[in-house]
Amino acid sequence: MADTATTEIMAAILAEHGDLEGPMLPILHAVQAEFGYIPNDVIQIIADHQNITRAEVHGVITFYHDFRDAPAGKHVVKICRAEACQAVGANALSERAFEKLGVNWHGTTRNGNVTLEPVYCLGLCACGPAAMVDGKVVGRVDTAKLDQLLAEAGA
Amino acid sequence: MKIFVPLDSAAKALGADDIAAAIQREAESRDLDITVVRNGTRGMIWLEPLVEIETDEGRVGYGPVSVDDVPALLDGKLQSLGLVDDFPWMKGQTRLTFQRCGVIDPLDLTDYEAHGGLAGLRRAAAMTPQEVVEEVTTSGLRGRGGAGFPTGIKWNTVLGAEADQKYIVCNADEGDSGTFADRMIMEGDPFTVIEGMAIAGLAVKATKGYVYLRSEYPDAIDIMEKAVVLARKAGVLGDDVLGSGLAFDMEIRVGAGAYVCGEETSLLNSLEGKRGVVRSKPPLPALEGFLGKPTVVNNVISLATVPVILEKGAQYYADFGLGRSRGTIPMQIAGNVKYGGLYETAFGMPLGEVVNTVAGGTLTGRPVKAVQVGGPLGAYMSAEKFDTQFCYEEFDGQGGLIGHAGIAVFDDSADMLSMARFAMEFCAIESCGKCTPCRIGSVRGVETLDRIGQGDASAVELLEDLCETMKDGSLCALGGFTPYPVLSALHHFPDDFAPAKEAAE
Repeated sequence: MADTATTEIMAAILAEHGDLEGPMLPILHAVQAEFGYIPNDVIQIIADHQNITRAEVHGVITFYHDFRDAPAGKHVVKICRAEACQAVGANALSERAFEKLGVNWHGTTRNGNVTLEPVYCLGLCACGPAAMVDGKVVGRVDTAKLDQLLAEAGA
Repeated sequence: MKIFVPLDSAAKALGADDIAAAIQREAESRDLDITVVRNGTRGMIWLEPLVEIETDEGRVGYGPVSVDDVPALLDGKLQSLGLVDDFPWMKGQTRLTFQRCGVIDPLDLTDYEAHGGLAGLRRAAAMTPQEVVEEVTTSGLRGRGGAGFPTGIKWNTVLGAEADQKYIVCNADEGDSGTFADRMIMEGDPFTVIEGMAIAGLAVKATKGYVYLRSEYPDAIDIMEKAVVLARKAGVLGDDVLGSGLAFDMEIRVGAGAYVCGEETSLLNSLEGKRGVVRSKPPLPALEGFLGKPTVVNNVISLATVPVILEKGAQYYADFGLGRSRGTIPMQIAGNVKYGGLYETAFGMPLGEVVNTVAGGTLTGRPVKAVQVGGPLGAYMSAEKFDTQFCYEEFDGQGGLIGHAGIAVFDDSADMLSMARFAMEFCAIESCGKCTPCRIGSVRGVETLDRIGQGDASAVELLEDLCETMKDGSLCALGGFTPYPVLSALHHFPDDFAPAKEAAE
């Protein structure tokens, strides 16, 4: 059962997005922007509002890579794994990140500061390897630049 | 004095925001009267951040500029690259779709109109829907998302469908590696996309549009959302489009990181708020699309090309190109290249000319080994195929596809066995799960390629067979086309698979 604060936040989100044509993704994005993840106890609230089953909401959430069922680290570092970035050394960069952070893809560092995610293309294919730190794009990421980004993120 | 500093993601990724801030700071401390305009990118990514200063002769370019260069730039002491319009890269192009990208302030509608914007929509508003559809059909425009289906024919189907509500959906889920044309135009000239959608709306009698924009493009989302608000305020969108008495409005919707949602039917499911699972066709989205209503689903570049077709006339556009590939194609040159960026030219340029001349070969200076054209589902072409002309049919004839016209170049350090494995791995990660050959086949494909890598030569035949099954047994291009990169790697670069074979013998 959701607490009062959650219920109130959800009422506001559903009032804002609930009447759109195909409201589910806008609702889920708003929930994740608010809480940092999709809390388990909002699923029933969304299901009731949309008149669908809990399973259907769960099915949508789990289909998409963006939605989390637990909070991420303080900073999210995404490294592009796609072909154009691989052509200029993205794989070595990923290896370096694993080593520096002590985690693999989707992992969060022990101090909770950095979550490492793969991303399949940021549209920065002519200035790869590309990365994104909390929504901010970075191009031509070499080892030194990666180390700096990770240090700034508190890894 | 006007100074242009791009706001394009690629320019930002290389430090453009810091340059813009440094110019502002320096100008204030010197008490200079300087206006910094944040334009889109010209597409010369190797020169980014490319700063331009307006002069009586034209716009003079400087790049790549670092923050330390800013004082010298304002002193007039920084070495310039000359007039941007005279750069060989710019002069070699035929910029129709991208005519304004990098030139104007993306969010200045007056600037947009001064450079030919809204002329197409005005003309369309004075025509009958049938005439607009005919114009687009005559231009020969084909779907730039990859499938190459004639846009006018798709529109005609939607126009002919009877319904109380029809929709225009712009597919901005540009997930293919090596492609960034959609992002570039949405960030650099968003009104072109909006104008194209409005024309489509008038042409098929649709009053509502959606842009399904991937979440990996936060800057494009921000600019498109602002542009829609401005367009609505100016009467380009709304109940009375440019005083025509006709209605068209639109919304930006953000995806959630699923590659397969670039496929039109899974995009529609996603837009409806469902899992992005592929739908089987028929029914065509043109007849039963978003919420079961007749829907035009077009790629960003297809829609962004419509205004220039209406502005300059269908025949003007159709006079460019080769064979059944009419008009221009914005090629995105990426990966290991000296000069990466966007190059728009008439269809027909041989691939080798693109890679060796326009792109200047590899960044590392090593020989080109493979070129993947058309994203993660496109074939790896070897240098032997460099005379292939950049057209839909010509690439198809060589076992490839132009897709969204992304070109990812690899030097001789690339290991094609691992690229083939990556193609299968990517398919496994991104499969929507509907078709078994895609969902399971891609996982088995990774395992089979690992066997080949470990020296099991008998696995090659199995891989070929698996690829045939995936091609024949998948509803959409994800499962159906993943065999392209895999088999092209195997067939054109047998040496990368051979050492393993020999070890087994």
